[in-house]
Amino acid sequence: MAQVEVKDIKKYFGEVHALDGVNLSIKEGEFLVLLGPSGSGKTTLMRIIAGLEKPTAGEVFIGERLVNELPPRARNIAMVFQSYALYPHMKVFDNIAFPLKTLRVPRGVIQEKVKQVAGMLRIDHLLHRKPRQLSGGERQRVALARAIVRDPVLFLMDEPLSNLDAKLRASARDELKQFQRRVGITTLFVTHDQVEALGMGDRIAVMNYGKIHQVGTPKEVYNDPADNFVATFLGTPPMNLLERGDQIVGFRPECFLPKALHNVQQDELVCFPFLVTRIEYLGSDQIVYGTLGGVFHNVKAMASLSATAPVSINEGQVHEFAIQTKDMRFFDRATGQRVEGPGGNFQW
Amino acid sequence: MAVVARESGSARFRYLLDRVEVLGPVFMAPAILYMVAFLGLPFLLAIYFSLTDITINNIQTGFSFVGLENFIGLFRDRIFRQALRNTLIFAIASQLLAMILGQVTALILMQDFRGKTIVRVAILLPWAVPIALGVLGWKWMFDSLYSIINWTLQAFHILGPDQWPQWLGTSNLAMISVIVVHAWKAFPFVAVIFLGAMTAIPQDIIDAARVDGAGFWRRTFQVNVPIIAPIVSVGVIFGTVFAFTDMSVVWLLTKGGPVNSTQVLGSYAFQVGIVSGDIGQGAATSLFLVPILMVAMVLTLRAMRRREL
Repeated sequence: MAQVEVKDIKKYFGEVHALDGVNLSIKEGEFLVLLGPSGSGKTTLMRIIAGLEKPTAGEVFIGERLVNELPPRARNIAMVFQSYALYPHMKVFDNIAFPLKTLRVPRGVIQEKVKQVAGMLRIDHLLHRKPRQLSGGERQRVALARAIVRDPVLFLMDEPLSNLDAKLRASARDELKQFQRRVGITTLFVTHDQVEALGMGDRIAVMNYGKIHQVGTPKEVYNDPADNFVATFLGTPPMNLLERGDQIVGFRPECFLPKALHNVQQDELVCFPFLVTRIEYLGSDQIVYGTLGGVFHNVKAMASLSATAPVSINEGQVHEFAIQTKDMRFFDRATGQRVEGPGGNFQW
Repeated sequence: MAVVARESGSARFRYLLDRVEVLGPVFMAPAILYMVAFLGLPFLLAIYFSLTDITINNIQTGFSFVGLENFIGLFRDRIFRQALRNTLIFAIASQLLAMILGQVTALILMQDFRGKTIVRVAILLPWAVPIALGVLGWKWMFDSLYSIINWTLQAFHILGPDQWPQWLGTSNLAMISVIVVHAWKAFPFVAVIFLGAMTAIPQDIIDAARVDGAGFWRRTFQVNVPIIAPIVSVGVIFGTVFAFTDMSVVWLLTKGGPVNSTQVLGSYAFQVGIVSGDIGQGAATSLFLVPILMVAMVLTLRAMRRREL
């Protein structure tokens, strides 16, 4: 049984179709990430599930209950905001206790529960501080504590990591994922950061222009994108897309390597002469920019390989690069949808 | 060489106003001059006059220093004591009423509805129209013969056919009238301050409170009001000081009557010092509240700073 079910949700702001018939189901205990660029409608979808926004059409079920007409407070959900939205005039203790006070939980129980979650998130020494006296990471933990204290059936998280600096974000990602596993609460996590999505999601729903393009595990959406939007939105650098006839051929830059680095039979490879125009050194990796030869004459492409790769590549020279046929993906040129490739050996 | 020297000379003037230490005083000067000329000097003069026996009769022939006699005399003055009591009632009641009206108005104006702009302008009108004009309208509404308020109350059978209250002619009703008119005049200002403060609350915090289970009242009194309190208290201080020192509504509506029942310190000081010509006594009356208001202001501002977010 799905914990959350969203059926044909539409949300129009005048002429703007923020959501255009979205269907999504989140399984119990699942960590589902809504991934998409700014303006793709992911936050709107989350706000509709939270009850902060009314859909123009469609239905939202939480548990088995239709919640369209219920206010946020009747949905037994908790939300963590990008800004954390801590109450600035309340001490940390009162911030965490607030959802319990609204439920008229006895004072003794509140004391106990707040101490328990504060201990779990290691903020028990901060209970008497005001939010402005906390660091970004501490604020985020307080927001999490406030969300979990009422034992919600659903966690909604709206880019809760994006206000943290890069170093803290990596550890916060790990902590958050472990925390969710421990408490086992169904979680919907909104982000535009693919690293967060790939690293944390049990499944990822990729959105653009108010539509869900693909729902799948991180491996599925990365390796088998449903269309060329998903193919280019995920991956840094993005998938190389080359037009050929009525199809688009796609391959990941990390699969496009100097021929010498492939340890497979010749007939499993498709080779291209590759004129290297620039090499970008990124520490552990290097990105090689250049233009292809052969049938894709003068088409730009990128290759990504380890900085320690045992080959020498020089700018301005033509090298022989290759892709394994199993790493090639094909899309319909008109619709952008994934299609079957020609299969087996094919000639370029 | 000469060209360079001339250029640097004109450059010094050309960029004079780029320097904060020059630009700051230039911008501040008009305000400071205005305050010194129209507030500072009269205030010092009032302190000086309040310590003398100056009247319009001896202003040219010479007056003498009498120490605190004018202030001591105030406590023996029955009308002064009544004016002091009236001032407290008038200021506190009108300010409370204005706060309630202002907050309700702000909450209404935060909602989206058709014709909101017109309502917004209409609500700001009492604050924008000249005080004499507004009070003149009220004077007609309270008129002993033509009161439209009485007429309406009768039409709705709230008043009987032989009941016709004299709003400005009876002590208690006159006090209620001046309080209502002052609150009517003051509430748009309160509403604007509330509205400004409320719109400054981040939407995330309002949403968080909704998701956390807070209904309208809890959101208002446990989240919104504490967050806007520091901003609103500035408005309240202004409003209260204004209500304590203002005499315009009282003077235009009742001139302090009937039988001093709406006499406030401002109007009484004007009555004694200007109309009756006892400048020293008038100055002492008008200065009476200064130390009290100052202490109240310092205390409020300090409390506010402690609450700062």
